[in-house]
Formats: sequence, structure tokens, C-alpha cells
Amino acid sequence: MAENNRAVLKLKEKFAASIIDVVEFRGEVTVTVKKDSIIDILTFLKQSLQYNLLTDLTAVDYLGKKEERFMMVYQLYSIPNKDRLRIKSPVAEADCSIPTATKVWATANWLEREVYDLFGIIFDKHPDLRRILMTDDWVGHPLRKDYPLQGPDREPYKGRLS
Amino acid sequence: MGVENPLGENIITTSLDKLVNWSRKSSIWPMTFGLACCAIEMMATGASHNDLDRFGIIFRASPRQSDCIIIAGTVTKKMLPVIKTVYEQMPEPKWVIAMGACACSGGVFDTYSVVQGIDEALPVDVYIPGCPPRPEALLFGLMKLQDKIWNDKNSFGSAVGLGTRIDGFTA
Ligand code: SF4
Repeated sequence: MAENNRAVLKLKEKFAASIIDVVEFRGEVTVTVKKDSIIDILTFLKQSLQYNLLTDLTAVDYLGKKEERFMMVYQLYSIPNKDRLRIKSPVAEADCSIPTATKVWATANWLEREVYDLFGIIFDKHPDLRRILMTDDWVGHPLRKDYPLQGPDREPYKGRLS
Repeated sequence: MGVENPLGENIITTSLDKLVNWSRKSSIWPMTFGLACCAIEMMATGASHNDLDRFGIIFRASPRQSDCIIIAGTVTKKMLPVIKTVYEQMPEPKWVIAMGACACSGGVFDTYSVVQGIDEALPVDVYIPGCPPRPEALLFGLMKLQDKIWNDKNSFGSAVGLGTRIDGFTA
């Protein structure tokens, strides 16, 4: 049960005010936290609870489905404890930024560049926030739900009608 | 060659154009350049089972020594300038083969990041459909290119600076 998860218990003890939600689904524990304390929580998880590997860092666009449009997702793994944990944090479109996790895990550098490139989320204090997949002069962020799939300069595909 | 053989058995008479065309079509040297999954099939065609060498087709690792580029795979918008540079570095005369659905039309990748057919940027001589085309299809495409080169007009003249080469057509 998620409530008995070692990491969840420790997080609830230390960051009770920052935790929005704890879910367990098929053995996967997800903790949703406020973005203001995201770096404190990630640092604590790495240094005190041995989540020493950031497997992936990505984002989800919930356009029109949630009040806060974007959701940052951090997939953590603890090599000593063989244990996984998912941390999520909502990011509003109006204030589309979140502190960078590069100081905690160096691998966050390129992963955050990818999220910036494709979703347009700004990572505060990131050492090198440039596009990584699209060309430097690209306009827009292609993985946003309101970005046209075939590019802004093309008539959208309408199945057999087009 | 001719019905009469006034010069003996071991001598043929032909035009200089045909001589140039014959040497060009028998030594198509493609640029080594793979872009996506189609490149794997291109490598299979070059390997011993299908053996491109028997057509005089030898992959070259430098555009300066190539006279054909096989666009084998998905062309992304980010890769397009690179392909254009490589193509421009190849000496004339040069030919382009679009191998596979992606190079011909963008294929299944009807998206913002993929060029919808390499013919938007380069003059394509042979289109090979398929996803990916089998080695037999690539061989057939290369043989079509050989036919086309064989039918070129004024290839000798253009090589010595008289006029321009007129592209051949295949049936
Ligand atoms: S045509 Fe098919 S096999 Fe060839 S590059 Fe495109 S997706 Fe890959």
C-alpha cells in the first residue's frame, strides 16, 4: 500500500504541506507535489532515501482536461534499494516554469532541454537551456496538444476527404 | 556490332556517347549514406547475397568520389541541410535515387518534422516504392538508373565542354 511505502512515509513526515496526492496503481507509487518545493523534495529523495538514478524526466500536456495545463514527471530509481518512485508536479500555463533538477542529477540537463524544446516549459537556473531535438530557429513547441501535427504551414489531414 | 566486321573480331565500332554512357552505367558509385530503416535493406543489397559489386556498384565514403546518392530512409527537416550539402559536394554528373516510401513521399510520417518527399529538395531520377523495398526492388531501381544513363545524349560532348548532357529516359 502506498501509505506504508517507506519513501511516502518519510515524505509525509517532512513535506506534509507540499504533498498534493499519493496514488498507488499496480505496485507503482506516484506522489504529486507542489512545484515550489520540488527541488527540496528531489534532493531529499536522492540524499536521504538513496534514489540515486533519474531514469526519466518528462512532461504531460493536459490541455482542457486539468486546471493546470502541464504536469512534470520524474521517474526515480534507487539502485541500492531496487525501488522505483514517480514524482509529479503540476505547472500552470500562465507561469510556465519550474526549478531545474540539474543540481540534483546531472542527467536532468538534456532531459530538461528536451522538455523545454517540445513543451516550452522553462527551467529556472538551467545552465544551458537550448533546443535539443528541433532546429535552433524552430518556432513553437511540437508536443503541445494545440500544435498542429503536420506543422503550422500545412493544411491539416482530414482523412479521405483531403 | 555491325554486320560487316572490317576490323576483325576483337574490335567494335560505336559512338563516343555510348562509350561514355557504358562506362558510367557500369560503375555507379553511390554515396554511403543511410538515414533510417531503409538503409539496412540497402546494406543487405550491398552484402554478399545480393552483391552490388557485380554491377560495378561500390559504395564510396566520400561525396567527391560518388556519382549517385541513394536517399535510403526518412528525411527529417533537421537532416535536410546535411543531405543538400552532401549532394552539392558530389561532382557532376550525378543521380539521385529515392528509396522507400519515406524518401518518395514522407511515408507514414505525415508530421511537422519530416520532409514530405526528398523531391522537394533534390532532383530524383528513380523512385523505389516499398517500406522498406526488398533488395530485389533496389536492384531493379538501380538497373532502371543504368537504363537511364545508357540513354543519355551528348555525354561525350558535355564531358569535353561542348554543350550540355541531355538526360536519358527509360521506358
Ligand atoms: S520507407 Fe519504411 S523502411 Fe524505409 S525508412 Fe521509411 S519507414 Fe523505414
